[in-house]
Amino acid sequence: QGLLRRSVSHSFLSFASITGACQAIQKLTRVRVVDNSTLGNTPYHRPPKCIHVYNKTGVGKVGDKILLAIKGEKKKALIVGHKMPGPSMTPRFDSNNVVLIEDNGNPVGTRIKTPIPYILRRRGEYSKVLAIARNFV
Amino acid sequence: TRVSSDGKPAKFQPPPKPVIIDKQKQREERRFLSPEFIPPRGRTDPLKFYIERKDMIQRRKVFNIPEFYVGHILAVTAADPYANDKASRFVGICIQRGGKGLGATFVLRNVIEDQGVEICYELYNPRIQAIEVLKLEKRLDDNLMYLRDALPEYSTFDVNMKPVSRLDHDEIPVNKLQVRMKPKPWSKRWERPKYNIKGIKFELPEKKMKEAQKWSQPWLEFDMLREYDTSKIEEKIWKEVSEELKK
Repeated sequence: QGLLRRSVSHSFLSFASITGACQAIQKLTRVRVVDNSTLGNTPYHRPPKCIHVYNKTGVGKVGDKILLAIKGEKKKALIVGHKMPGPSMTPRFDSNNVVLIEDNGNPVGTRIKTPIPYILRRRGEYSKVLAIARNFV
Repeated sequence: TRVSSDGKPAKFQPPPKPVIIDKQKQREERRFLSPEFIPPRGRTDPLKFYIERKDMIQRRKVFNIPEFYVGHILAVTAADPYANDKASRFVGICIQRGGKGLGATFVLRNVIEDQGVEICYELYNPRIQAIEVLKLEKRLDDNLMYLRDALPEYSTFDVNMKPVSRLDHDEIPVNKLQVRMKPKPWSKRWERPKYNIKGIKFELPEKKMKEAQKWSQPWLEFDMLREYDTSKIEEKIWKEVSEELKK
């Protein structure tokens, strides 16, 4: 039989993870794109994966930029929530959420339905992403 | 007018106030001691717990922390420098109460827009501005972490839900809901006897349930070294805390 790997596509709503929660988002983590961009929402046989974290350590937390591999293309993205518990009083999401972003910081999509943590307001460079967000936690 | 023995008019003596005996309150004053007051078993000096308790009582005098158990639906408003109006409100079901002393925490869970969110709040954090109990109901278990692997409908609660009024001040209803789970794999193997969960409707085949019983440790409940009888400690602490709070 060998290793039967279930292909986890991001088009399914129930995010079935094979591995448990690791240290937030690092290289090769499968993420879920939450905005309404076409690149993030069209189904593909491989889920979007992180290939680089723009950080001193290779571990990405909320508010860090990462490089994503979607549909055979490279795209930068912003982490808006992860499964790993963070500092107290901050929300912990049930899936690793990410918003697609351009190189200058402009978001690719036009609406974000999922809740976004308030901590993202700390860094002023993400005000455009927060402007398209609907719910905050 | 009456004249007293001095010759001056007597001072007006009001009639004695009637003493109202509230029989309902006398019937059963429910004693609820929050679990974070009970010190953990160990060799630390009880003076440390005494000082912590004084600080906890001080905080409770300023800010009312209501009585709540795991399974209640709470709404917490906390101060947040990055939120609009500087305050953020979160509604959710309490799935776990952990920590002792001033670091006591409780985790609230809710599903918003198909995304499950959990926030771990600290009970004695000064950033918390208000805790309201929206619905009082206990569940069959002490730890509802399995809600993460249950169908999302069991964790969704309306954010604008009105507090459910309670007439009976004596008993908290126990919700014997059996929750249906998502297909395996789960984050923890909840069918194992180590977790002792009664609130899940296991739809697994009999073979899997029997295999899970292989990990049961029936000798654990008879282990005398693991016994920690808290009844006497609770009595003492309850007296101390209720006296301080009445002042």
